[in-house]
Amino acid sequence: MTETAHQQSVSGANKIKLVLAWAFVSIPLLWGVYNTLDKASQLFR
Amino acid sequence: MTTAASAEAGGLFGWLDRSRTVAKPGFSRWLVPPAALCVHLSIGQVYAFSVFNLPMTKLIGITEPAPGDWKLTELGWIFSIAIVFLGLAAAFTGTWLDRVGPRKAMFTAALCFGGGFLVSALGVHLHQLWLIYLGYGVLGGCGLGLGYISPVKTLITWFPDRPGMATGMAIMGFGGGAMIASPLSVALMDYFSSPTDVGVASTFVTMGLIYLTFMMIGAALVRVPAHGWLPEGYEPPAQPKKMVTSAHVHVDEALKTPQFYLLWGVLCLNVTAGIGVLGQASAMSQEMFPGRISAAAAAGFVGLLSLFNMIGRFFWASTSDYIGRRNTYMIFFALGMALYAAVPWTGHTGSIVLFVLFYCVIMTMYGGGFATIPAYLRDVFGVRYVGAIHGRLLTAWSTAGVLGPVLVNYIREYQINQGVPKADAYSVTMYIMAGLLFVGFILNWLMTPVDEKHHMTEEELKASMET
Repeated sequence: MTETAHQQSVSGANKIKLVLAWAFVSIPLLWGVYNTLDKASQLFR
Repeated sequence: MTTAASAEAGGLFGWLDRSRTVAKPGFSRWLVPPAALCVHLSIGQVYAFSVFNLPMTKLIGITEPAPGDWKLTELGWIFSIAIVFLGLAAAFTGTWLDRVGPRKAMFTAALCFGGGFLVSALGVHLHQLWLIYLGYGVLGGCGLGLGYISPVKTLITWFPDRPGMATGMAIMGFGGGAMIASPLSVALMDYFSSPTDVGVASTFVTMGLIYLTFMMIGAALVRVPAHGWLPEGYEPPAQPKKMVTSAHVHVDEALKTPQFYLLWGVLCLNVTAGIGVLGQASAMSQEMFPGRISAAAAAGFVGLLSLFNMIGRFFWASTSDYIGRRNTYMIFFALGMALYAAVPWTGHTGSIVLFVLFYCVIMTMYGGGFATIPAYLRDVFGVRYVGAIHGRLLTAWSTAGVLGPVLVNYIREYQINQGVPKADAYSVTMYIMAGLLFVGFILNWLMTPVDEKHHMTEEELKASMET
Protein backbone atom coordinates (compact mmCIF):
# COMPACT_ATOMS: atom_id res chain seq x y z
CA MET A 1 0.00 0.00 0.00
CA THR A 2 1.40 3.42 -0.89
CA GLU A 3 1.81 6.51 1.28
CA THR A 4 -1.43 7.91 -0.06
CA ALA A 5 -3.46 4.76 0.32
CA HIS A 6 -6.91 5.41 1.70
CA GLN A 7 -9.50 3.42 3.59
CA GLN A 8 -11.50 0.94 1.53
CA SER A 9 -15.26 0.82 1.99
CA VAL A 10 -16.30 -1.14 5.09
CA SER A 11 -17.55 -4.65 4.34
CA GLY A 12 -20.96 -5.91 5.52
CA ALA A 13 -19.45 -8.42 7.96
CA ASN A 14 -17.36 -5.68 9.47
CA LYS A 15 -20.46 -3.50 9.92
CA ILE A 16 -22.08 -6.24 12.00
CA LYS A 17 -18.86 -6.67 13.96
CA LEU A 18 -18.82 -2.92 14.51
CA VAL A 19 -22.33 -2.86 16.01
CA LEU A 20 -21.58 -5.88 18.22
CA ALA A 21 -18.27 -4.47 19.43
CA TRP A 22 -19.78 -1.12 20.40
CA ALA A 23 -22.72 -2.85 22.12
CA PHE A 24 -20.27 -5.06 24.01
CA VAL A 25 -18.54 -2.06 25.61
CA SER A 26 -21.52 0.31 25.78
CA ILE A 27 -23.93 -1.92 27.69
CA PRO A 28 -21.75 -2.37 30.81
CA LEU A 29 -20.74 1.29 30.67
CA LEU A 30 -24.36 2.47 30.52
CA TRP A 31 -25.21 0.12 33.40
CA GLY A 32 -22.40 1.73 35.42
CA VAL A 33 -23.59 5.25 34.53
CA TYR A 34 -27.17 4.36 35.52
CA ASN A 35 -26.01 3.02 38.90
CA THR A 36 -23.91 6.13 39.49
CA LEU A 37 -26.74 8.53 38.65
CA ASP A 38 -29.11 6.53 40.84
CA LYS A 39 -26.79 6.96 43.83
CA ALA A 40 -26.02 10.58 42.99
CA SER A 41 -29.72 11.45 43.00
CA GLN A 42 -29.61 11.18 46.81
CA LEU A 43 -27.56 14.38 46.81
CA PHE A 44 -30.57 16.41 45.70
CA ARG A 45 -33.32 14.56 47.61
CA MET B 1 13.64 -13.80 14.33
CA THR B 2 12.06 -11.02 12.30
CA THR B 3 8.42 -10.10 12.61
CA ALA B 4 7.55 -11.69 9.29
CA ALA B 5 9.43 -14.84 10.10
CA SER B 6 7.75 -15.28 13.46
CA ALA B 7 4.36 -14.84 11.84
CA GLU B 8 5.20 -17.46 9.28
CA ALA B 9 6.31 -19.72 12.09
CA GLY B 10 2.78 -19.29 13.53
CA GLY B 11 2.42 -21.53 16.55
CA LEU B 12 0.14 -21.08 19.51
CA PHE B 13 0.96 -17.40 19.91
CA GLY B 14 1.41 -16.54 16.24
CA TRP B 15 -1.85 -14.57 16.28
CA LEU B 16 -0.24 -12.09 18.67
CA ASP B 17 2.39 -11.06 16.20
CA ARG B 18 2.26 -7.49 14.92
CA SER B 19 2.19 -8.66 11.28
CA ARG B 20 -1.00 -10.64 12.00
CA THR B 21 -2.72 -7.49 13.30
CA VAL B 22 -2.36 -5.43 10.12
CA ALA B 23 -5.90 -4.51 9.00
CA LYS B 24 -7.17 -5.91 5.72
CA PRO B 25 -9.04 -3.73 3.20
CA GLY B 26 -12.63 -3.17 4.34
CA PHE B 27 -11.72 -2.96 8.03
CA SER B 28 -13.43 -0.09 9.84
CA ARG B 29 -11.16 2.00 12.06
CA TRP B 30 -14.15 2.48 14.37
CA LEU B 31 -13.57 -1.09 15.59
CA VAL B 32 -10.36 0.02 17.28
CA PRO B 33 -11.91 2.27 19.99
CA PRO B 34 -14.10 -0.60 21.35
CA ALA B 35 -10.98 -2.80 21.40
CA ALA B 36 -9.20 -0.14 23.44
CA LEU B 37 -12.29 0.30 25.63
CA CYS B 38 -12.30 -3.44 26.44
CA VAL B 39 -8.92 -2.90 28.07
CA HIS B 40 -9.50 0.52 29.63
CA LEU B 41 -12.95 -0.31 31.05
CA SER B 42 -11.34 -3.34 32.72
CA ILE B 43 -8.26 -1.70 34.21
CA GLY B 44 -10.34 1.31 35.32
CA GLN B 45 -11.51 -1.07 38.05
CA VAL B 46 -8.50 0.08 40.08
CA TYR B 47 -10.37 3.23 41.14
CA ALA B 48 -13.04 1.03 42.74
CA PHE B 49 -10.66 -1.24 44.61
CA SER B 50 -11.51 0.48 47.89
CA VAL B 51 -14.89 -1.36 47.97
CA PHE B 52 -12.92 -4.47 49.02
CA ASN B 53 -11.08 -2.74 51.86
CA LEU B 54 -13.78 -2.93 54.52
CA PRO B 55 -14.79 -6.58 53.80
CA MET B 56 -11.09 -7.53 53.86
CA THR B 57 -10.81 -6.21 57.43
CA LYS B 58 -13.39 -8.87 58.43
CA LEU B 59 -12.07 -12.01 56.74
CA ILE B 60 -11.71 -13.78 60.10
CA GLY B 61 -14.35 -12.00 62.18
CA ILE B 62 -16.89 -11.98 59.28
CA THR B 63 -19.32 -9.52 60.91
CA GLU B 64 -16.67 -7.33 62.53
CA PRO B 65 -12.85 -7.20 62.65
CA ALA B 66 -11.32 -9.89 64.89
CA PRO B 67 -7.76 -10.27 66.23
CA GLY B 68 -5.55 -11.29 63.30
CA ASP B 69 -7.71 -9.47 60.74
CA TRP B 70 -5.95 -6.98 58.47
CA LYS B 71 -6.10 -3.27 59.22
CA LEU B 72 -7.29 -0.61 56.77
CA THR B 73 -3.87 1.04 56.84
CA GLU B 74 -2.27 -2.24 55.71
CA LEU B 75 -4.89 -2.71 52.99
CA GLY B 76 -4.42 0.86 51.71
CA TRP B 77 -0.98 -0.20 50.43
CA ILE B 78 -2.53 -2.51 47.82
CA PHE B 79 -3.83 0.45 45.79
CA SER B 80 -0.64 2.45 46.29
CA ILE B 81 1.58 -0.43 45.12
CA ALA B 82 -0.67 -0.94 42.07
CA ILE B 83 -0.40 2.74 41.09
CA VAL B 84 3.38 2.77 41.56
CA PHE B 85 3.72 -0.33 39.37
CA LEU B 86 1.34 1.21 36.84
CA GLY B 87 3.81 4.07 36.42
CA LEU B 88 6.86 1.79 36.37
CA ALA B 89 5.36 -0.65 33.87
CA ALA B 90 4.21 2.17 31.61
CA ALA B 91 7.67 3.74 31.74
CA PHE B 92 9.68 0.57 31.15
CA THR B 93 7.50 -1.35 28.68
CA GLY B 94 6.78 1.49 26.25
CA THR B 95 9.68 0.65 23.93
CA TRP B 96 8.85 -3.08 24.00
CA LEU B 97 5.22 -2.29 23.20
CA ASP B 98 6.34 -0.19 20.29
CA ARG B 99 8.25 -3.16 18.91
CA VAL B 100 5.73 -5.97 19.45
CA GLY B 101 2.53 -4.07 18.69
CA PRO B 102 -0.73 -3.56 20.59
CA ARG B 103 -2.11 -7.11 20.50
CA LYS B 104 0.76 -8.77 22.32
CA ALA B 105 0.82 -5.89 24.81
CA MET B 106 -2.94 -6.14 25.47
CA PHE B 107 -2.65 -9.91 25.80
CA THR B 108 0.16 -9.55 28.36
CA ALA B 109 -1.79 -6.84 30.20
CA ALA B 110 -4.81 -9.16 30.37
CA LEU B 111 -2.71 -11.99 31.81
CA CYS B 112 -1.15 -9.66 34.39
CA PHE B 113 -4.38 -7.94 35.42
CA GLY B 114 -6.57 -11.05 35.45
CA GLY B 115 -3.75 -13.09 36.99
CA GLY B 116 -3.30 -10.44 39.68
CA PHE B 117 -6.88 -11.02 40.81
CA LEU B 118 -6.36 -14.80 40.90
CA VAL B 119 -3.15 -14.51 42.97
CA SER B 120 -4.97 -12.10 45.29
CA ALA B 121 -7.83 -14.59 45.68
CA LEU B 122 -5.24 -17.12 46.84
CA GLY B 123 -3.89 -14.48 49.22
CA VAL B 124 -7.35 -13.96 50.72
CA HIS B 125 -7.95 -17.72 50.92
CA LEU B 126 -4.62 -18.34 52.71
CA HIS B 127 -4.89 -15.02 54.61
CA GLN B 128 -1.47 -13.90 53.34
CA LEU B 129 -1.45 -10.15 52.72
CA TRP B 130 1.90 -10.25 50.90
CA LEU B 131 0.27 -12.38 48.21
CA ILE B 132 -2.27 -9.60 47.59
CA TYR B 133 0.51 -7.00 47.47
CA LEU B 134 2.25 -9.21 44.93
CA GLY B 135 -0.91 -10.21 43.04
CA TYR B 136 -3.04 -7.10 42.68
CA GLY B 137 -0.26 -4.65 43.58
CA VAL B 138 2.73 -5.80 41.53
CA LEU B 139 1.27 -8.11 38.87
CA GLY B 140 -2.03 -6.22 38.53
CA GLY B 141 -0.15 -2.90 38.57
CA CYS B 142 2.03 -4.07 35.65
CA GLY B 143 -1.19 -5.04 33.81
CA LEU B 144 -2.57 -1.57 34.53
CA GLY B 145 0.46 0.24 33.14
CA LEU B 146 0.82 -1.91 30.07
CA GLY B 147 -2.92 -1.94 29.40
CA TYR B 148 -3.14 1.83 29.78
CA ILE B 149 -0.54 2.66 27.14
CA SER B 150 -1.07 -0.27 24.77
CA PRO B 151 -3.83 1.17 22.53
CA VAL B 152 -2.66 4.81 22.55
CA LYS B 153 -0.29 4.85 19.59
CA THR B 154 -2.58 2.55 17.59
CA LEU B 155 -5.51 4.93 18.06
CA ILE B 156 -3.42 7.96 17.11
CA THR B 157 -2.30 6.17 13.93
CA TRP B 158 -5.88 5.21 13.01
CA PHE B 159 -7.21 8.72 13.68
CA PRO B 160 -4.60 11.20 12.41
CA ASP B 161 -7.47 13.62 11.77
CA ARG B 162 -8.85 13.39 15.34
CA PRO B 163 -6.17 11.98 17.67
CA GLY B 164 -7.55 13.73 20.75
CA MET B 165 -11.03 12.28 20.30
CA ALA B 166 -9.65 8.79 19.66
CA THR B 167 -7.41 8.61 22.71
CA GLY B 168 -10.05 10.45 24.74
CA MET B 169 -12.52 7.68 23.97
CA ALA B 170 -10.18 4.99 25.28
CA ILE B 171 -9.00 6.89 28.32
CA MET B 172 -12.64 7.74 29.07
CA GLY B 173 -13.01 3.98 29.62
CA PHE B 174 -10.41 4.12 32.36
CA GLY B 175 -12.56 6.72 34.11
CA GLY B 176 -15.73 4.71 33.56
CA GLY B 177 -14.31 1.36 34.64
CA ALA B 178 -14.84 2.13 38.31
CA MET B 179 -18.53 2.86 37.72
CA ILE B 180 -18.95 -0.70 36.46
CA ALA B 181 -16.58 -2.35 38.93
CA SER B 182 -18.02 -0.78 42.06
CA PRO B 183 -21.63 -2.11 41.80
CA LEU B 184 -20.36 -5.35 40.23
CA SER B 185 -18.00 -6.01 43.16
CA VAL B 186 -20.72 -5.28 45.72
CA ALA B 187 -23.20 -7.53 43.91
CA LEU B 188 -20.69 -10.39 43.64
CA MET B 189 -19.67 -10.13 47.30
CA ASP B 190 -23.37 -10.22 48.26
CA TYR B 191 -23.85 -13.31 46.09
CA PHE B 192 -20.82 -15.21 47.41
CA SER B 193 -21.06 -14.21 51.07
CA SER B 194 -22.22 -16.70 53.67
CA PRO B 195 -22.22 -16.85 57.49
CA THR B 196 -18.63 -18.14 57.29
CA ASP B 197 -17.28 -16.15 54.35
CA VAL B 198 -17.37 -12.49 53.29
CA GLY B 199 -17.11 -13.62 49.66
CA VAL B 200 -14.01 -11.63 48.70
CA ALA B 201 -11.93 -14.58 47.39
CA SER B 202 -14.71 -15.88 45.12
CA THR B 203 -15.37 -12.32 43.91
CA PHE B 204 -11.68 -11.91 43.06
CA VAL B 205 -11.70 -15.16 41.06
CA THR B 206 -14.87 -14.18 39.19
CA MET B 207 -13.66 -10.66 38.43
CA GLY B 208 -10.25 -11.95 37.38
CA LEU B 209 -11.86 -14.27 34.86
CA ILE B 210 -14.32 -11.61 33.62
CA TYR B 211 -11.54 -9.06 33.08
CA LEU B 212 -9.25 -11.64 31.49
CA THR B 213 -11.97 -12.49 28.95
CA PHE B 214 -12.96 -8.87 28.34
CA MET B 215 -9.36 -7.77 27.75
CA MET B 216 -8.64 -10.79 25.53
CA ILE B 217 -11.57 -9.79 23.32
CA GLY B 218 -9.99 -6.34 23.05
CA ALA B 219 -6.67 -7.95 22.07
CA ALA B 220 -8.41 -10.05 19.42
CA LEU B 221 -10.27 -7.03 17.98
CA VAL B 222 -7.35 -4.62 17.74
CA ARG B 223 -5.69 -3.97 14.38
CA VAL B 224 -2.93 -1.70 13.19
CA PRO B 225 -3.24 0.15 9.89
CA ALA B 226 -1.09 -0.85 6.92
CA HIS B 227 1.98 1.33 6.45
CA GLY B 228 1.04 4.63 4.85
CA TRP B 229 -2.69 4.18 5.43
CA LEU B 230 -4.76 7.35 5.70
CA PRO B 231 -8.49 7.80 6.32
CA GLU B 232 -10.70 8.40 3.31
CA GLY B 233 -10.67 12.03 2.25
CA TYR B 234 -7.97 12.98 4.72
CA GLU B 235 -4.95 14.90 3.49
CA PRO B 236 -2.24 15.81 6.00
CA PRO B 237 -2.11 19.61 6.32
CA ALA B 238 0.45 21.05 3.90
CA GLN B 239 1.26 23.80 6.41
CA PRO B 240 1.28 22.15 9.88
CA LYS B 241 0.33 24.24 12.89
CA LYS B 242 3.16 25.78 14.89
CA MET B 243 2.82 23.36 17.81
CA VAL B 244 2.21 20.26 15.67
CA THR B 245 5.28 18.56 14.26
CA SER B 246 5.40 16.28 11.25
CA ALA B 247 8.82 15.01 12.40
CA HIS B 248 9.54 12.24 14.91
CA VAL B 249 11.61 12.27 18.09
CA HIS B 250 13.14 9.07 19.48
CA VAL B 251 12.00 8.17 22.99
CA ASP B 252 15.56 8.44 24.38
CA GLU B 253 16.04 11.79 22.66
CA ALA B 254 12.70 13.06 23.99
CA LEU B 255 14.06 12.74 27.52
CA LYS B 256 16.80 15.25 26.58
CA THR B 257 14.30 17.95 25.62
CA PRO B 258 12.91 20.58 28.00
CA GLN B 259 9.46 19.95 26.46
CA PHE B 260 9.30 16.47 28.03
CA TYR B 261 9.90 17.88 31.51
CA LEU B 262 7.51 20.78 30.97
CA LEU B 263 4.78 18.31 30.00
CA TRP B 264 5.76 16.06 32.91
CA GLY B 265 5.23 19.03 35.24
CA VAL B 266 1.98 20.00 33.51
CA LEU B 267 0.52 16.50 33.98
CA CYS B 268 1.87 16.10 37.49
CA LEU B 269 0.44 19.42 38.73
CA ASN B 270 -2.96 18.93 37.07
CA VAL B 271 -3.23 15.44 38.57
CA THR B 272 -1.88 16.47 41.99
CA ALA B 273 -4.55 19.14 42.34
CA GLY B 274 -7.28 16.82 41.07
CA ILE B 275 -6.36 13.82 43.23
CA GLY B 276 -5.95 16.10 46.22
CA VAL B 277 -9.49 17.42 46.09
CA LEU B 278 -11.03 14.16 44.87
CA GLY B 279 -9.70 12.36 47.94
CA GLN B 280 -11.34 14.83 50.30
CA ALA B 281 -14.56 15.42 48.33
CA SER B 282 -16.76 13.26 50.55
CA ALA B 283 -15.55 14.65 53.89
CA MET B 284 -15.41 18.19 52.51
CA SER B 285 -19.02 18.14 51.29
CA GLN B 286 -20.29 16.91 54.65
CA GLU B 287 -18.21 19.33 56.75
CA MET B 288 -18.89 22.38 54.58
CA PHE B 289 -22.64 21.70 54.60
CA PRO B 290 -23.23 20.08 58.03
CA GLY B 291 -26.70 18.56 58.38
CA ARG B 292 -27.48 19.19 54.71
CA ILE B 293 -25.31 16.55 53.04
CA SER B 294 -25.54 13.08 54.63
CA ALA B 295 -22.91 10.32 54.31
CA ALA B 296 -25.10 8.55 51.71
CA ALA B 297 -25.52 11.78 49.73
CA ALA B 298 -21.75 12.37 49.95
CA ALA B 299 -21.17 8.88 48.47
CA GLY B 300 -23.53 9.84 45.63
CA PHE B 301 -21.56 13.05 45.19
CA VAL B 302 -18.30 11.10 44.80
CA GLY B 303 -20.02 8.87 42.21
CA LEU B 304 -21.15 11.96 40.33
CA LEU B 305 -17.55 13.19 40.29
CA SER B 306 -16.47 9.88 38.70
CA LEU B 307 -19.05 10.43 36.00
CA PHE B 308 -17.80 13.95 35.24
CA ASN B 309 -14.22 12.70 35.37
CA MET B 310 -15.19 10.25 32.61
CA ILE B 311 -17.17 12.79 30.55
CA GLY B 312 -14.27 15.27 30.77
CA ARG B 313 -11.89 12.73 29.28
CA PHE B 314 -13.88 12.51 26.09
CA PHE B 315 -15.10 16.11 25.95
CA TRP B 316 -11.79 17.92 26.51
CA ALA B 317 -9.66 15.53 24.44
CA SER B 318 -12.10 15.91 21.51
CA THR B 319 -12.23 19.69 21.98
CA SER B 320 -8.42 19.81 21.87
CA ASP B 321 -8.54 18.61 18.25
CA TYR B 322 -10.16 21.95 17.37
CA ILE B 323 -8.62 24.46 19.79
CA GLY B 324 -5.16 22.87 20.19
CA ARG B 325 -3.60 21.01 23.14
CA ARG B 326 -1.73 23.98 24.58
CA ASN B 327 -4.89 26.09 24.64
CA THR B 328 -6.83 23.23 26.23
CA TYR B 329 -4.36 23.04 29.10
CA MET B 330 -4.42 26.84 29.39
CA ILE B 331 -8.16 26.51 30.03
CA PHE B 332 -7.60 23.70 32.56
CA PHE B 333 -5.19 25.81 34.55
CA ALA B 334 -6.88 29.22 34.24
CA LEU B 335 -10.44 28.01 34.80
CA GLY B 336 -9.16 25.50 37.37
CA MET B 337 -7.49 28.25 39.41
CA ALA B 338 -10.71 30.28 39.47
CA LEU B 339 -12.89 27.30 40.43
CA TYR B 340 -10.56 25.89 43.10
CA ALA B 341 -10.36 29.34 44.69
CA ALA B 342 -14.15 29.77 44.46
CA VAL B 343 -15.11 26.46 46.12
CA PRO B 344 -14.63 27.80 49.70
CA TRP B 345 -16.88 30.74 48.75
CA THR B 346 -19.71 28.33 47.84
CA GLY B 347 -19.46 26.95 51.37
CA HIS B 348 -19.75 30.43 52.87
CA THR B 349 -22.80 31.22 50.76
CA GLY B 350 -24.33 27.82 51.57
CA SER B 351 -24.95 26.98 47.90
CA ILE B 352 -24.82 23.19 47.44
CA VAL B 353 -25.73 23.54 43.75
CA LEU B 354 -22.75 25.83 43.03
CA PHE B 355 -20.45 23.64 45.16
CA VAL B 356 -21.43 20.53 43.18
CA LEU B 357 -21.28 22.38 39.86
CA PHE B 358 -17.78 23.79 40.49
CA TYR B 359 -16.52 20.42 41.69
CA CYS B 360 -17.97 18.66 38.63
CA VAL B 361 -16.29 21.08 36.21
CA ILE B 362 -12.99 20.65 38.11
CA MET B 363 -13.32 16.89 37.69
CA THR B 364 -13.90 17.17 33.93
CA MET B 365 -10.57 19.01 33.70
CA TYR B 366 -8.82 16.45 35.91
CA GLY B 367 -9.94 13.66 33.57
CA GLY B 368 -9.34 15.85 30.52
CA GLY B 369 -5.72 16.28 31.57
CA PHE B 370 -5.12 12.54 31.33
CA ALA B 371 -6.95 12.14 28.05
CA THR B 372 -5.41 15.10 26.21
CA ILE B 373 -1.78 14.32 27.05
CA PRO B 374 -1.26 11.52 24.43
CA ALA B 375 -2.34 13.84 21.62
CA TYR B 376 -0.20 16.65 23.09
CA LEU B 377 2.80 14.29 23.01
CA ARG B 378 2.01 13.31 19.45
CA ASP B 379 1.90 17.00 18.45
CA VAL B 380 5.23 17.73 20.13
CA PHE B 381 7.26 14.53 19.53
CA GLY B 382 5.55 12.97 16.49
CA VAL B 383 3.80 9.61 16.17
CA ARG B 384 6.70 7.14 15.92
CA TYR B 385 7.51 6.81 19.65
CA VAL B 386 4.43 8.42 21.17
CA GLY B 387 3.45 5.23 23.04
CA ALA B 388 6.84 4.85 24.67
CA ILE B 389 7.10 8.57 25.49
CA HIS B 390 3.59 8.48 26.97
CA GLY B 391 4.68 5.55 29.13
CA ARG B 392 7.65 7.50 30.50
CA LEU B 393 5.48 10.54 31.13
CA LEU B 394 3.05 8.53 33.25
CA THR B 395 5.63 8.51 36.06
CA ALA B 396 4.18 12.01 36.64
CA TRP B 397 0.90 10.30 37.54
CA SER B 398 2.57 7.97 40.04
CA THR B 399 4.32 10.96 41.60
CA ALA B 400 1.07 12.92 41.78
CA GLY B 401 -0.68 9.87 43.26
CA VAL B 402 1.60 10.14 46.27
CA LEU B 403 2.06 13.93 46.30
CA GLY B 404 -1.64 14.94 46.05
CA PRO B 405 -3.07 13.07 49.06
CA VAL B 406 0.04 13.69 51.20
CA LEU B 407 -0.04 17.42 50.48
CA VAL B 408 -3.76 17.73 51.16
CA ASN B 409 -3.68 15.67 54.34
CA TYR B 410 -0.59 17.45 55.67
CA ILE B 411 -1.99 20.93 55.02
CA ARG B 412 -5.33 19.99 56.57
CA GLU B 413 -3.77 18.46 59.68
CA TYR B 414 -1.49 21.45 60.13
CA GLN B 415 -4.42 23.85 59.87
CA ILE B 416 -6.54 21.93 62.37
CA ASN B 417 -3.58 21.72 64.80
CA GLN B 418 -3.30 25.51 64.51
CA GLY B 419 -6.91 25.81 65.71
CA VAL B 420 -8.54 26.50 62.34
CA PRO B 421 -12.16 25.17 62.23
CA LYS B 422 -12.53 21.98 60.14
CA ALA B 423 -14.70 23.58 57.46
CA ASP B 424 -12.26 26.48 57.02
CA ALA B 425 -9.22 24.18 56.83
CA TYR B 426 -10.38 23.21 53.34
CA SER B 427 -10.14 26.82 52.15
CA VAL B 428 -6.34 26.93 52.56
CA THR B 429 -6.02 23.56 50.79
CA MET B 430 -8.03 24.82 47.83
CA TYR B 431 -6.00 28.04 47.60
CA ILE B 432 -2.74 26.04 47.62
CA MET B 433 -4.11 23.77 44.88
CA ALA B 434 -4.98 26.89 42.89
CA GLY B 435 -1.35 27.97 43.40
CA LEU B 436 -0.14 24.64 41.98
CA LEU B 437 -2.34 25.21 38.95
CA PHE B 438 -0.73 28.62 38.49
CA VAL B 439 2.68 26.92 38.30
CA GLY B 440 1.18 24.46 35.78
CA PHE B 441 -0.11 27.41 33.75
CA ILE B 442 3.40 28.85 33.55
CA LEU B 443 4.93 25.51 32.53
CA ASN B 444 2.34 25.07 29.79
CA TRP B 445 2.85 28.66 28.65
CA LEU B 446 6.58 27.93 28.25
CA MET B 447 5.89 25.06 25.81
CA THR B 448 7.51 25.54 22.39
CA PRO B 449 8.15 23.16 19.47
CA VAL B 450 11.06 20.73 19.94
CA ASP B 451 14.37 21.90 18.49
CA GLU B 452 15.05 20.29 15.09
CA LYS B 453 18.34 18.84 16.34
CA HIS B 454 16.28 16.27 18.28
CA HIS B 455 14.31 15.12 15.23
CA MET B 456 15.02 11.69 13.73
CA THR B 457 16.65 11.71 10.32
CA GLU B 458 15.01 9.88 7.40
CA GLU B 459 17.61 7.09 7.74
CA GLU B 460 17.00 6.71 11.48
CA LEU B 461 13.26 6.60 10.91
CA LYS B 462 13.58 4.00 8.17
CA ALA B 463 15.90 1.88 10.31
CA SER B 464 13.51 2.05 13.27
CA MET B 465 10.58 0.98 11.07
CA GLU B 466 12.55 -2.02 9.79
CA THR B 467 13.44 -3.03 13.33
